[in-house]
Amino acid sequence: MDQRTSIEEQIDLPFVESLKISFQSLKIRFGRSIITTAGITLGIAFLVSVWANNEIDLALQESGRSSAITNLDEASEQGISTKDIWLIIMSLIVCVVGIANSMLMAVTERFREIGTMKCLGALDGFVVRLFLLESGFQGFAGALIGALIGTLGAVLLGLKNYGMDLFFYFPLFPANPENGSFQVGVLLLILIGCFLGMILAIVGSSFPAWRAAKLPPAEAMRTEV
Amino acid sequence: MPDIVVKTEDVVKEYRMGSNVLRALDGINIEILRGEYISLMGPSGSGKSTLFNMIGALDRPTKGQVYIDGQNMSNLSQRQIAAFRCHRVGYIFQSYNLLNVRTAHGNVTLPMIFAGIPDKDRNKKAEELLDKVGLGDRMYHLPDELSGGQRQRVAIARALANDPSIILADEPTANLDTITGREIIDLIKQLNTEDGVTVISATHDLKMLDVSDRIVDIRDGLVERIRNRDEIEIEVGDVGGE
Repeated sequence: MDQRTSIEEQIDLPFVESLKISFQSLKIRFGRSIITTAGITLGIAFLVSVWANNEIDLALQESGRSSAITNLDEASEQGISTKDIWLIIMSLIVCVVGIANSMLMAVTERFREIGTMKCLGALDGFVVRLFLLESGFQGFAGALIGALIGTLGAVLLGLKNYGMDLFFYFPLFPANPENGSFQVGVLLLILIGCFLGMILAIVGSSFPAWRAAKLPPAEAMRTEV
Repeated sequence: MPDIVVKTEDVVKEYRMGSNVLRALDGINIEILRGEYISLMGPSGSGKSTLFNMIGALDRPTKGQVYIDGQNMSNLSQRQIAAFRCHRVGYIFQSYNLLNVRTAHGNVTLPMIFAGIPDKDRNKKAEELLDKVGLGDRMYHLPDELSGGQRQRVAIARALANDPSIILADEPTANLDTITGREIIDLIKQLNTEDGVTVISATHDLKMLDVSDRIVDIRDGLVERIRNRDEIEIEVGDVGGE
């Protein structure tokens, strides 16, 4: 057959268009977005509270001002205990699995939407970019709230254990005392929590979004959740 | 020489279901002329929707070739296929497939965003198209706030956004009541006669057959026969006492 009219190549859209579409989607799907974000918040809150609690214990032990440390069975002078490391690792695993699950569900239930966008001319890369932006926003917002809740939880527990001494020796900044172990500091911990939440949300959504974007639209639209 | 807009050559589509292979299309050969109104007809599971997906570049054939405007679709890059879907074809689905997070106006502007049309121009065109399909007063409603017929009208306006030369409609009246279905058919037929758009529709609806130029009967993944409209007798009654 003759080549009557050649088909041009689809253009790349400016980044600002992706930003607008993803913001609009988050705004209108606010209720659903909140549930996904809550999954991230809980995971990060758990991780940060366990870790911050550990930092507070370390700081108060270093200060030698705590009377409450005698109540802690692992209150050794060597700093962070095996049990604490185990607890932090466990909370990290719960956080990773929880966030990955939230993002997987949030993307999978939108396969039809992805198929429709491809019918209208969206490139695979554009679809993936939209989802990464959305999940990045959700991840950051959820993790920030989670980190603050987790810190608050650790502070309340610290107040119960150490009373007002907590505020004099509060480990806000990183410290590396000569005879003790390195302390990350709660401020850095909040930042780590935010970063981790955002990265996990992006990683968690990137695989299903990429998979859906690669599917032929007919197949993506057939997918039932 | 006839102006062929769509041509399929021995198109086969197989689906793997565990260890079974289901052959939905078993070597389809059809030619569709520019400006025609074609109905693909057949019982559920006959393969008409699968053929619809092949013609619209929504799925890839297992074997065989699909040519649109003389272009072999299997030779196109991903970017060209996206541009083809964006500019050449307008899709209308049984279940509307509107994006629920966007208003009627937002749904109509979306293909124009993908086509890189500036903000002002696409807003104006979306308003014109929604006016054309009779939804001028419900432009900024979300799909959930619209009736089935209104949603299908939004889908039609969206399908027309980038002035496609082909409209592909998959059972566009299946979820609608008789009167609304009739209105949708009239709207699609109007696009066909007034704007010269080629319409390819998969349907069960006798009213859609009534307005078709040719009817392609699909059975068990094969073209059973192709009939001209004047070769068949259809009596379509009116409902509503008018």
